[in-house]
Amino acid sequence: MNASTLTSPAAARPPRTGAVSYRSVLLALVTGLFAFGVLPFIGNDYLFSAVLVPLLVFSLAGLGLNILTGYAGQLSVGSAAFMAIGAFATYNLALRLPGLPLLVSFALGGLLAALFGLLVGLPSLRIKGFYLIVSTLAAQFFVQWVFVKFSWFSNDDASGVISAPRLQVAGIDFGSPAGRYLFTLAIVSVLTWLARNLVHSATGRNWMAVRDMDTAAAVIGIPTGRVKLLAFGVSSFYLGVAGALWAFAYVGTVEPHGFDLARSFQILFIVIIGGMGSIAGSFIGAAFIVLFPVLLSNLAATWLSGVIDPGNVENVQKIVFGALIILFLIKEPDGLARLLQATWHRLRARHRKP
Amino acid sequence: MSIALAQSPATRSATVASPGGSPHPVPGDVLLRVDRIAMSFGGVAALSEVSFVVRQGEILSLIGPNGAGKSTLLNVINGVYRPHAGELVFDGLHFDAMTPERAARRGIARTFQNLALFKGMSVIDNVVTGRNLKMRQPFFAHALRTPAARREEAAQRAHAEGVLAFLQIEPHRDVPVGKLPYGLQKRVELARALAAEPRLLLLDEPMAGMNTAEKHEMARFIVEINRRLGTTVVLIEHDLGVVMDVSDRIVVLDHGQKIADGTPAQVRDDPAVISAYVGAAH
Amino acid sequence: MQFFLEVLVGGLLAGVMYSMVAIGFVLIYKASGIFNFAQGSMVLFAALTFVSLVEKGLNFWLALAATLLVMVLLAVAVGRLVLRPLVNRPPMVLFMATLGLSFMLEGAAQWLWGAQVHALSLGIEDRPFDVGGVFISEFDLFAATTAALLVTALSLAFNRTRTGLRLRAVADDPLAALAVGVHIEGLWAVVWSAAGAVALVAGLLWGARTGVQFSLSLIVLKALPVLIIGGFSSIPGAIVGGLLVGASEKLAEVYAGPLVGGGIENWFPYVLALLFLFYRPFGLFGERTVQRI
Repeated sequence: MNASTLTSPAAARPPRTGAVSYRSVLLALVTGLFAFGVLPFIGNDYLFSAVLVPLLVFSLAGLGLNILTGYAGQLSVGSAAFMAIGAFATYNLALRLPGLPLLVSFALGGLLAALFGLLVGLPSLRIKGFYLIVSTLAAQFFVQWVFVKFSWFSNDDASGVISAPRLQVAGIDFGSPAGRYLFTLAIVSVLTWLARNLVHSATGRNWMAVRDMDTAAAVIGIPTGRVKLLAFGVSSFYLGVAGALWAFAYVGTVEPHGFDLARSFQILFIVIIGGMGSIAGSFIGAAFIVLFPVLLSNLAATWLSGVIDPGNVENVQKIVFGALIILFLIKEPDGLARLLQATWHRLRARHRKP
Repeated sequence: MSIALAQSPATRSATVASPGGSPHPVPGDVLLRVDRIAMSFGGVAALSEVSFVVRQGEILSLIGPNGAGKSTLLNVINGVYRPHAGELVFDGLHFDAMTPERAARRGIARTFQNLALFKGMSVIDNVVTGRNLKMRQPFFAHALRTPAARREEAAQRAHAEGVLAFLQIEPHRDVPVGKLPYGLQKRVELARALAAEPRLLLLDEPMAGMNTAEKHEMARFIVEINRRLGTTVVLIEHDLGVVMDVSDRIVVLDHGQKIADGTPAQVRDDPAVISAYVGAAH
Repeated sequence: MQFFLEVLVGGLLAGVMYSMVAIGFVLIYKASGIFNFAQGSMVLFAALTFVSLVEKGLNFWLALAATLLVMVLLAVAVGRLVLRPLVNRPPMVLFMATLGLSFMLEGAAQWLWGAQVHALSLGIEDRPFDVGGVFISEFDLFAATTAALLVTALSLAFNRTRTGLRLRAVADDPLAALAVGVHIEGLWAVVWSAAGAVALVAGLLWGARTGVQFSLSLIVLKALPVLIIGGFSSIPGAIVGGLLVGASEKLAEVYAGPLVGGGIENWFPYVLALLFLFYRPFGLFGERTVQRI
């Protein structure tokens, strides 16, 4: 097996320079205004709790994995392990150090996940390509085992499932669905901005160089070991915060089984379907993962009620996901992000014709 | 085949084409000494006791039949391979364990026979990565887009643009490299190597797969790089016409051993060289 | 000492089961350089199909033949719809495609045949019998013998037949093989069918032991350490790797497990594989790949 090149995107996506065009700033402002200023007042609880918050959390997790796998080219099937660390660390910090501001607990939870990420990333210095999967797989199983076995992490709760403490920042309670949405939106917005800056800078270029051809990267002086470790660290930080958000803002509980291998694969699917090496792709993929089951259940209940019975919705989902992955790999390896971008360009071109 | 040099006033006076050799101010001190380098792969000796020097400011060509060990030698020089015996002295410093990063930091840049571009990035981004050793800002400065980070990015980008202009590929600045024709990709790789402002430039068959016009252009660029920027060049090339025209000195390898070392005129008439090539033709 | 031997033997025999699954991987890897993540789902799919046919009243041997046919059809479909479009892509893309395939197979298997556990009987009891003071299960012995036969048959097929030669050519360089006129799709069909047959055998043995259920597809994950230790492209390596993983995992569980509350076998093989990667990145029997620039 070729131990060097891990992946090279069939259609290259040149990152734009760090500078932003007026149009995208305007777009960001309008979206931000709507998301922060309008939506909290017009949305209902279901929208916040079952659609928007999970979408944001999954996007953040997808973003984290995209940094490691999409930009830096290091395949990881242990994303959920880092989420678990973020969740449990934040929980324990909030519980045992109640004086600590919640945001600081979140940041520390992310940092602890990042440290573990560095550890898991160490083998990448010696091992290349596909074999690296073993490291993240080991991490996935090991971390899950630790949190199940050692009840200290779960505050010795007999059921093993603990509820997350209240979401309070600077005295304001964010516990309501709208509140949780705003809290998540704020954190995800800031982290997305930071990620965007990173990938459009020399850091991002170094990651992509290591992904595309790490021998050439070394030849031009890029310290490939440090670059890979940085990717592991940053990615795990994002995944850790996503895990903490998962526990605090989404499901409201902290349990190891929510961070199992299936979850890791789910995050990987977000990245593959949404678009590897694309920030927008993480969001699009997350939207797909969150909305598609809902769509499917509704279809099963109405139009296809004869064909698919509700118990089998999950199976059909699996089949469709699997088929979509294969289809995307064949037709559009850069995922939905590229597909949507191409469609948009074609529509605009058609619109321009007199 | 003779090369028309760049018609820039500053260089014209210093460059007068003369038959039988390339015009050159006297080459400087020894920049690189290759000292009894030996290398084998699984029992097969790829290089045996190869020794020669490269002087500052010269263009040295490495020629020889296929399989002679030329690429292997370049790989040793910039640390991709570790030789089993012998050592390198670059700029007065001894290296028995050269690594690619060390070579890059010392000012050795190279291009590859089979193109080693970052296919996922645009032309300008590929060339800017060549500037990475000049980038000092830490990653969190990048994340926060501090003024210092933005200044550094702009400065390095500007330098890369200069290299693009020098090699006349600015129109393709934002094109993903994978989409460019082969000849242009080779130029992008050269640009990336140049962006690092190297002391020593190693070119592995930079003209492979090119037609005559493209070869002309590439040879012209190489000579310009050497004359205008003063970069020392070691170049592997099969087209002997180009080699004779461009080189100050030529080293000939055959079956991993050096069989000749001298000016183009000396090498051309060397019987050992002739028999190596004639022998290889069978 | 006797206890140790019993644990060891039990681990070794469990390891044989891992090897069976790993062999399916090796076949496909040897022939196409792909790590087939869907191998585990193929085991599940094969076992479920067989068991459901038997439950519907079909005779054992007919059900076996029918399932084999299904696996062959599956192999042809995979070759045409997945492998051919992706023929030139990097290994990671192919791996992800098999990931997608595994999801499709799991979903399909459970949709068609349901999610409950099915009992499977091969007519061999799990009776322990005494060998010099150590108890060995009759069933485990049967499994070991089957594995040995399978390995011998496959090794012969690979090394002594023309098809085997063509397979090795294809694995080495698919485009070159195509250029020389090797009928790639036919070969893929042969290899994936063989892998499917191996999956069926593995599925039957595992199913008889633990019942046919969803967790069978998680076995694929255990196969990864087996392959890393044994080498991705070696059938004997799969056996040795399987034995090593089985034995070490059981021993670790029994002797170190109680210290930390058990469950070590969930992650121990992976950590072991990781350590192996540092010292023998190509596995005990794998082929060294030299990177030429």
